[in-house]
Formats: sequence, structure tokens, C-alpha cells
Amino acid sequence: METNPLAEAESGARAAQEAATPRQPRRKGKPLIRSTGIRFAVTYALVFGLSAFTLAFSLWYSTVGLLQRQVQFAILNDATALNEHYQIGGLPSLINAIHSRLTDSGDSDGIYLLLDPLGNHIIGNLDQWPAGLNRVNTWYELPVTRRGTRSISLLRAYTLSGGEQLLIGRDVSARAQLRGVMRDALLWALGLMIFLGLLGAVLIRSMFRRMMRDISTTTRAIALGDLTRRIPKHGNGDEFDELAEIINDMLERIARLMDGVRQVSNAIAHDLRTPITRARTRLEDASLHAHTKEDLQLAVERAMLDLDGVVGVFEALLRIAEIEAGSRRSAFAAIDLAPMLRDIDELYRAVAEERGLILDTRINEPLPLLGDRELVQQAIANLLDNALKFSATGTTIRFTARVEEALIEICIADRGPGISEEDRSRATERFFRAESARSTAGSGLGLALVAAVAQLHNGTLRLANNNPGLRAIITLPARRG
Amino acid sequence: MRILVVEDDKDVAGFVLKGLREAGHTVEHADNGRDGLFLAASENFDAIILDRMLPGGIDGLRLLETLRAQDNATPVLFLSALSQVDDRVKGLKAGGDDYLTKPFAFAELLARVEALTRRGKSDGPATKLCVGDLEMDLLSRSVRRGMQKIDLQPREFRLLEYLMRHAGQVVTRTMLLEGVWDYHFDPQTNVIDVHVSRLRQKIDKPFELPLLHTVRNAGYMLRAEEV
Repeated sequence: METNPLAEAESGARAAQEAATPRQPRRKGKPLIRSTGIRFAVTYALVFGLSAFTLAFSLWYSTVGLLQRQVQFAILNDATALNEHYQIGGLPSLINAIHSRLTDSGDSDGIYLLLDPLGNHIIGNLDQWPAGLNRVNTWYELPVTRRGTRSISLLRAYTLSGGEQLLIGRDVSARAQLRGVMRDALLWALGLMIFLGLLGAVLIRSMFRRMMRDISTTTRAIALGDLTRRIPKHGNGDEFDELAEIINDMLERIARLMDGVRQVSNAIAHDLRTPITRARTRLEDASLHAHTKEDLQLAVERAMLDLDGVVGVFEALLRIAEIEAGSRRSAFAAIDLAPMLRDIDELYRAVAEERGLILDTRINEPLPLLGDRELVQQAIANLLDNALKFSATGTTIRFTARVEEALIEICIADRGPGISEEDRSRATERFFRAESARSTAGSGLGLALVAAVAQLHNGTLRLANNNPGLRAIITLPARRG
Repeated sequence: MRILVVEDDKDVAGFVLKGLREAGHTVEHADNGRDGLFLAASENFDAIILDRMLPGGIDGLRLLETLRAQDNATPVLFLSALSQVDDRVKGLKAGGDDYLTKPFAFAELLARVEALTRRGKSDGPATKLCVGDLEMDLLSRSVRRGMQKIDLQPREFRLLEYLMRHAGQVVTRTMLLEGVWDYHFDPQTNVIDVHVSRLRQKIDKPFELPLLHTVRNAGYMLRAEEV
């Protein structure tokens, strides 16, 4: 054995204790796995030992016990027969019967002793009443001396109606011998089983540890910050390979999310730093160089605008977070989108006309939806804001809404620069701004909000090429009935 | 007007109080919920500006609920850093008349408070609104200026109606978005400016005296020349 089982059991108990007090930080990695391995091993040893014990016990019971019961049965039968002799033929008949039994060579194990009421020897193959046998109708197993040899016997005494004492017994030394052999054998076997059980436990534990090692080393490396590590697969497609694959998928997703978080926080830092820097510069510049009250006022006002922009970014972020949390679902109501979309169309039509754009709107009705009117409104407004922002004078923006196969499809297509193929999948990320859009105003949160709103309604936002331009398609499941 | 400001932040409160006084209002201040409730319940105010989160065991919502339970209908404007949609809904449900999130522009706050008090005073459904020589008949839904009839789209009519109901007051873009279009967010595009300028084309362009004025850094105001 490679380690001391006691020490292991102790460490297992320690680990269990630690697990029971979650406030304490768990020791990292190894002891935890070890304790699980120990638990498996101990369970294995227990089950193994218990079944071995059961086997030994039943073996014992069915051999030694059976023999014992057979002897007892024989003695009881003998006693009944002899008693009958005594009842029918009196003492002489009994003596006769005993005599014939004693001389009968076929039953050499038989032990008989008949004493008269005064305790004198009448007949029997014992020289004297065995010491220690002082109650009748009780089983005794005592050493007796028969024909000069001592042997173990099973004995039972009876008092006959005439006051005579009758002792019937069987020599069970052979059986005692057998029992001894059995006991030794079973003890050996038990010892061997305990050894095997412990060996098995150790084997199981090391197997367990070996299988866990890959996972634990990888996860520990990841916990320490190395997110590139993956669990190696053995390629035999067993459960551990499956587990490795699942964990690797999970790690993949975590890495992506971490990446996203990092990007977002970088973007927040950057996107907020820019207007804050601008505001700060303006204020400092004004405090150093402003000569007139008007200059100062102008600088302050512009700085306020910059700060308003910062607040706007925060509000958009909070809004997206609020939508993504899904808490707004409780405010869902059965609504028809068509009037709301026409309102938006009317609101933006004026702006489009002002800028020399054509807003080509086709809204079918009804557009029944279970959802949040205000959020859908904001999503559509964001898309129209984008379309207006990126469209050149004289181009057309198509704004359509219809129900098809239980799906509401709202499409806003412009003839602007569009979004390149590789940027399209990332366009809904927070703060993502395509290179070509960097110079225009905006926070890079508009599409992120649209996607979040679509998702909240179990719908999707799809961005496609409008050859040229961008086609943004929101699909939402229509309300039934 | 007499306005009660319940706000625990010293800077914000000082800023608001100064601004309101400059605008010609009488102002009382409480810096915790208990005092605020006491003042609001024991004295008469034309409007209350109420912070949501207040020290003193009684927050803004509780204060307002208690006030409304006493049949006190003083118009209340919530001024809160809690900006989520649910927060706004909660505030309005508790009996608030308007909800403005921090940070805010003072012009916005002033415009909204003045709009509130006007709303509080409006008595009975008027059938006719007049500003200078501009007349709006709410029953026949017609508008005329002087002797000339002005044709308006339904939305333009509502926009003008809102402006006329708040004549002489500053009306901000967000107020128009909320009041006329029922929008509760700021579009990136200057949609309101476009609509107001279209309305201006119709009601001011052919006439000598402009009625619809742009108030810099704040919004718009409809008024007949002299203040």
C-alpha cells in the first residue's frame, strides 16, 4: 500500500469538515479531489467488506449451525424414544435400550448416563456426571471423559418420573474441529478480504485521481488566470472525454464572455474618457484663457453638453442591462404594434423630408404582440436614427412591417454605407463601432439595445446587406388569438 | 409660486433653491423625509420637488403615499437618481405627477415644475385656447390666427395644443416627446426641432409677430411678444 489508510481517513474527515463549514476558504484543488476519492474508496471498501462478512456469516450459519442443529435434533429424538421405553417398559426396558445403543457400533458418538435417584451409576458410558451440568432440559457443551478419552460433547439431562437422572449426549469433537477449521479459514478469508478491499480502495482512488488530474490541473490553471488552457481528451470517447468536452465548451463560453466584459469595460473607459477629457480641457482652457464672460459661459455650456453625453451613455448601458435582466417581462401587455409604428413613421418622416430622404413606409395591420410597447418603440427609433444618420441625400429608406407565419417582421433598410460582412456579427456588441462609423456621432449602443429588446421578446435582430446599405430586420413572435 | 424642495443632497438642494428663487418662486427646503412630510402636510404649496431616497426613515415614496392618503393633491415632481423604467412607474403610481432623473438640467426641472402647477390650476375643460391672436377651437379642432384659418395635421394640432396649454412657459424637448408623442427616451435625431420648425412655418411664417420662440439651452415657448 502506498499510503497509510489511517492518515488518509483523517485527511478525508478534515476535508469533510471543511466542506461543512463553507465560510472557510477551501484548500485549493488537491485535498478536495482527494477527499472525494477517499469517499469513493471507503464506500467501495465498506460495500466489499459488508458483502464478504455476509457471505462468511451465511457460510458459517449453513455449515456449523446446521450441524449443531442436526445433533440437537438427534439428541431430542433419542430422548423421546428412551422416554417411551421408560413409560412402556419401565426402568428395565430403558436400561435395555441404552445398552443396545451403547453396544451398537454404528453410533459410537452417543453418550448416555443413567443414575438412580440417589445418584448411583446404573448404566452408561460416562464414569461420572459431568461437572457443571446442574440443570435439566438445557443444552450444555462440555468436555467429558468417555472410555478414558476426553472429548467435547453436546449434552442434555432429563429427570425421569421415577426420579432417575438421564443424560443423553453426542460427541461433537469432530464438529468442533470442523468449526475451528471453518473459523480459521473464515478469519483468513476475512483478513484477505480486508486487504483486498483496501487495495481496491487505493486502486479506485488512484484511478479516480488520475482521471481527475487532467481536469483539476486545467481548472486550477484557469483559476490562476490562464484562460487559454483546455482539458486534453484521451480520444476513447468515455464519460471523462465527454466531461472534458463539456468543460471545454464552458471554458470557451467563459473566455468569450470575459473577452466581452473586457471589451466593454475598455470601451466604457475609452468612450467616457473622451467626452470627460473634452469637458475637462474646455473648462481648464476657459479658466486659463477666457477673457470675457461670454467665452466662459460658452465653455461651461459645451462642457455640460459633453457631460450630458456621458450621462446618456450610462443611461443606455443601464437600459440595456435592465432589458437583458428580463425584469421588464412582467410589464408585457397585449398590444398592436401598427399604430405605434405609424406614430414613429410620422415622427421621423418630417426629419427625413427635411434631409431630402425618402421614407418609404409600408405597415400592415394588425401586428399583434405580447410585449413592451415602449421598448419596441425605442428599438425601432434607434434603427431609424441609424438609417437617417447614415443615409445620403436623395436616397430611400424602406420601413416595412408585416406578419408572416406567426412572426412579426419589421424591416428598416437604407442605402447608406452598410456594415461590412465581418463587422455585422459584432455590430450588436456594446460600444462596437465600425471603422467607417467612427467619425459620426453616437455611442455604439443603439444596436445593442435593439438586439436586447428583440431577445427580451424571444425575437431576433438580423443585419443583412441591402446592396448597398444595411437591412435591419427585427422578428418577433406574434401574439396568437 | 410656493414650492417645497425635499432633497438631502446639499449641493443639489442649494442649486435647485437658488434657481427657483431666481425664477421668482418662494421656496421651502427640508433635508429629510420626516421634516418634508411635516412641512408638506401642514402648509400649502403649489408644488413639491421630492427626492426618492431620503434619510430620516421616510423615503420619497412613503412621504407621497402618506400625503395622498390625507387627500393632499399638491402636484409632486420626483427628482431621483433611480432611473429605471420600473422606478418611474412606481413613482407615478404612488401619486407623483412627473418624474425627472438625476442628473438633470435646471431648465428642464423649472419647466416641468411650472408645467405641473399650471396643470394643477386648470379648471374644467376649456373649449378654446388663445395666445395673442392665435386661437384654437378644441371642439371643431380648428386653428386660426387673426382672420386666417390655419390647416394643421393631427399631430401638429396636438403639438400646438400642448404649447398653447403651456403658453408663457418653457416647454422642453423631452416634455414634448412625452406629452405629444408619449416617448420616454431621447432619440438621437433632432425630431422635435424638425416638427416645431414645421409648426412654426404654419403659425408664424406668414405673420409679422412671432409667437413660437426658441429658448436657448432649454426648449420652446409660445407667447405673445411681451412677457
